[in-house]
Amino acid sequence: MSDSAIFGITLTVVGMSGTMFTLWLLSLLITLLKKAFPRMEN
Amino acid sequence: MIGIGCVLLYLGIKKQLEPLLLAPIGFGAVLANIPLTGVMEPGGFLRVLYDGGVLTELFPLLIFVGIGAMTDFEPLLENPRILMFGAAGQFGIFLTLLLAIALGFSKLDALAIGIIGACDGPTAIYVSSTYAPHLLGSVSVAAYSYMSLVPIIQPPIMRFLTTEAEKRVVMATVKKTVSKTTKILFPVVVTVFTALIAPIGAPLMGMLMFGNLMRESGIMDRLVKTSSNELANIVTLLLGLAIGATMQAQQFLKLQTLLIFALGFVAIALDTVMGVLFGKLMYAVSGGKINPLIGAAGISAFPMAARVVQIEGQRYNKKNHLLMHAMGANTGGQIGSVMAAAIMLSVVKGLGLV
Repeated sequence: MSDSAIFGITLTVVGMSGTMFTLWLLSLLITLLKKAFPRMEN
Repeated sequence: MIGIGCVLLYLGIKKQLEPLLLAPIGFGAVLANIPLTGVMEPGGFLRVLYDGGVLTELFPLLIFVGIGAMTDFEPLLENPRILMFGAAGQFGIFLTLLLAIALGFSKLDALAIGIIGACDGPTAIYVSSTYAPHLLGSVSVAAYSYMSLVPIIQPPIMRFLTTEAEKRVVMATVKKTVSKTTKILFPVVVTVFTALIAPIGAPLMGMLMFGNLMRESGIMDRLVKTSSNELANIVTLLLGLAIGATMQAQQFLKLQTLLIFALGFVAIALDTVMGVLFGKLMYAVSGGKINPLIGAAGISAFPMAARVVQIEGQRYNKKNHLLMHAMGANTGGQIGSVMAAAIMLSVVKGLGLV
């Protein structure tokens, strides 16, 4: 397999899994934020 | 090349395809290709704009402040798991990168071409101006042209990939559960968290989130108005001219430019395919509560992609109001596209390519 192909596959695997994982963690952080600072109904 | 500049002017003015960008790009291309003007020579005014605003990455970052100030992330905050659609919508970037490499483009060129799939003009400009400046013109024109064609590119794919039952799924009304404190802390948390993971993306994400912080704070109305209007408009104008000026005949009039346009189309189509397929997975996992059509909104073309989802949903069920859910996915796509770019650039830096 060529060097460019290895580069592309590495970038795809790391990039896509990294993006999914980061956004998943971010969604958990947002959920925590909402629990820590709930909306107050007036 | 002057003719191509005129075509861009026609597309922008007559056909109204992203006129705010295509018209300045077209005019910049016309000016820069008239012989002996010196506008792109050292000291020429377009060279000054390019060196000062594009090479330094300043212009895309300033536009991002305006975008952040115009964006309401509340639909995303109401349902944080929608953020995953924003991740799935970035698949097109990586698949297109692989395709570009298979077609013989170099690694960094393939990176710049793949980023068209981010559906995000400033991000595409940020990446290509640094890593493949000779492709800046073609990548920018492709990115902005295809973003404006989202209402044409996406619906056939959405209809093909979803069943009648899936199209008709009515999603629950979005309830107001987000406090003002959460809305203010959100941009700070996102900036710190994402910058710790992929520091090279900090300028992009930081500026997007700073704009949003100003909006949500509620006490910087003047700065919000300026960022959303005057700043965004001035920078868009200057950026367009500078990008157009890079479209010199010897760089642009090549077969690879046509390939780039073709790959750009593929990138956005693949984003839609993967987003809708992810939507089908969420539909299955949620027991039929999530309409797969909102997967198409997980790209950064805001708010166009969300509107496309709303229109498509209503075609099959007039009672279906998918807009707020789609807006959540769309704003998630904005974060996802910047994150995907940041991670890619971090990997490239880690591999020692830059």
